[in-house]
Amino acid sequence: MKLLKVSAVALLALGVQGCWEAPPMESEQIGYRGVAMWQTTNPDVTEPLVALNQIPVALPVSPEVPGAPKAGDVYQNVQVLGDLSVAEFTRTMAAITQWVSPEQGCAYCHQGANFAADDVYTKVVSRRMMQMTQTINSEWGDHVKDTGVTCYTCHRGKNVPEYIWFEDNGPAHAAGMSANNYQQNNVAPKAGYTSMLSDPLTPYLAGEPDKIRIAHENALPLKGQNNNESMQALERTWSLMMHMSDSLGVNCTYCHNSRNFASWEQSPPARVSAWHGLQMVPAINNTYMTPLQPVYPQHRLGKLDDAPKANCSTCHQGVNKPLYGVSMLDDYPVWKAPLNDAATVEPDYSDVPDYLDPNNPEPTAALVTPEAIEVAISSAIRATSVVVSQ
Amino acid sequence: MAEYQNIFTQVQIHGHGEMGIPIGKETRNRAGKPIFSWLLGAFGNAQLGPIYLGATGTFSLIFGFIAFEIIGLNMLASVNWDPVQFVRQLFWLALEPPPPGSGLGIPAMAEGGWWLLAGFFLTLSILLWWTRTYLRARALNMGYHIPWAFAAAIWLYLVLGFIRPLLMGDWGEAVPFGIFPHLDWTAAFSMRYGNLFYNPFHMLSIVFLYGSAVLFGMHAATILAVGRYGGEREIEQITDRGTATERASLFWRWTMGFNATMESIHRWAWWFAILTPITGGIGILLTGTVVDNWYMWGVKHGIAPSYPEVYVPSIDPALGGN
Repeated sequence: MKLLKVSAVALLALGVQGCWEAPPMESEQIGYRGVAMWQTTNPDVTEPLVALNQIPVALPVSPEVPGAPKAGDVYQNVQVLGDLSVAEFTRTMAAITQWVSPEQGCAYCHQGANFAADDVYTKVVSRRMMQMTQTINSEWGDHVKDTGVTCYTCHRGKNVPEYIWFEDNGPAHAAGMSANNYQQNNVAPKAGYTSMLSDPLTPYLAGEPDKIRIAHENALPLKGQNNNESMQALERTWSLMMHMSDSLGVNCTYCHNSRNFASWEQSPPARVSAWHGLQMVPAINNTYMTPLQPVYPQHRLGKLDDAPKANCSTCHQGVNKPLYGVSMLDDYPVWKAPLNDAATVEPDYSDVPDYLDPNNPEPTAALVTPEAIEVAISSAIRATSVVVSQ
Repeated sequence: MAEYQNIFTQVQIHGHGEMGIPIGKETRNRAGKPIFSWLLGAFGNAQLGPIYLGATGTFSLIFGFIAFEIIGLNMLASVNWDPVQFVRQLFWLALEPPPPGSGLGIPAMAEGGWWLLAGFFLTLSILLWWTRTYLRARALNMGYHIPWAFAAAIWLYLVLGFIRPLLMGDWGEAVPFGIFPHLDWTAAFSMRYGNLFYNPFHMLSIVFLYGSAVLFGMHAATILAVGRYGGEREIEQITDRGTATERASLFWRWTMGFNATMESIHRWAWWFAILTPITGGIGILLTGTVVDNWYMWGVKHGIAPSYPEVYVPSIDPALGGN
């Protein structure tokens, strides 16, 4: 009898430990009654997200002075933000520092006395990221709406956004004639810990995205239609859906109706936004992220030497609307769109020099001290006011 | 007074092993000397063995072992022969059928060949085990209810892994061998074919499955409740109805107006049990072969109602909607 009791307790303990999310859950009805349209959330998971997803306090704006010189006229090599006034340019630089490198300060991108030099890899990357941010806000409004994105949407005070991804050819697998598992059938954290595709991101969010729609909309099989797409093909799509669900902290019915996942007529409107997101992410990875590969030092690359890339988590970070849908664009209108045509030019990274690496503990150039930065900024502002008063 | 044979049985009979009826020269097929276990006795009969193996049993076990090894060793290979990862990820590992669209040929070993071989030996093993249940039922002069019930389960197994892939012309339609992977497959199957809930044979299968559980619970509860009057001797009470039967029948007639009999309740249970995989197998067999999207089929035949709109209907953005 004692043995029975002990094993019962042990089994119960195992069972409880196996639950990843302890109850109670909260659920909210989001569709017509009786059709299982619910959003289920766990306060243990969602409450800690609240503090993590607040926008930072905006830096004070200097009053616009008519006829004030532009940053591009005062400084050298300002390719993207040249049309800003010097005051707004300086404020923007300070904001970027606050969002991306609050510890290292300006030195994370600018080393030595010459702030104009493109000698640090992070400066080259961040210029491209500025172009990307302006493109997302001006061309992908179907996905980011009027809320838009800034550096902070992804970076959140970190040099490298917490949620980036690299290509993954799966865990080690015996070679020879042992059975291929088609990159399935291992614990797949990227696919919501299912046994499905271990890397659902590479085939759908980079390169030429695979076909997502597997189920057919016709009641009966059609002659000549490929009916052998099978469940392995569907599981690939489903793995990507698990990534989306995980990234946004939502369940399937946030976008799909419970009765026919494929039907657009009955889908909640969020599915349309998600569709545009699935067009946007491969586009920005292919245009902005992947081409930067030669610029990065080795330690920033993945195990297959690929550049870091974006997925749904990069911005969403567990929340259905990044930063709860609070827009930072009114505080920083610079990110709304490219300031001029020259700002959208795609750089050529085919022949890059050996960049300095600010993460390297022994940089070749002397680090700029915070005091030096202080001096640089105030002298810049002084220079501006001199120009203005003249 | 101690009660006899209720879970957990408190009185156990331990004595000489019961060897079973004489079966002539087949006696040599009885393997093992009987032993007695207190723990087993708490749940059922304390006697373990002898087991009747015979040719069908022996070969069934051998072929079953071959299939088990093919599946297990391929799973081990899939974690690069790492025993720690094998244990950690065991529920996630699988032996996959050939990839979609590879037809019905004999695939390379790495591309589904092992899956085909494992399926072959597992099927052989299961069919031999079925033959064994048939032969033993005959040897004991029993009816064939057990082999036919087992055959119903084998029907579903064969539909999933063999008959339906044959009809679809592709091994890639079959189920992987693996714990979570076969569950993922099941849910993916429903999504691939437009929600299996609208498949009438799936509906029937669910009715029989849940119905089996209800009948099992009702019957077990009834018999335990009249155990104090000898109710567990149900079969004797079919021909010689005693107070246990009277009380059990009265209980159901009073509570729901109708009662099964000591015999008919077992026919109810048997038919519910075997109809679960039979109707389920028909539903699977029709999926993809004659119906491509069960929801759309349900709409076409008026079994999928429409509900009031809660959202402004979306238009497929790939077709220019937004």
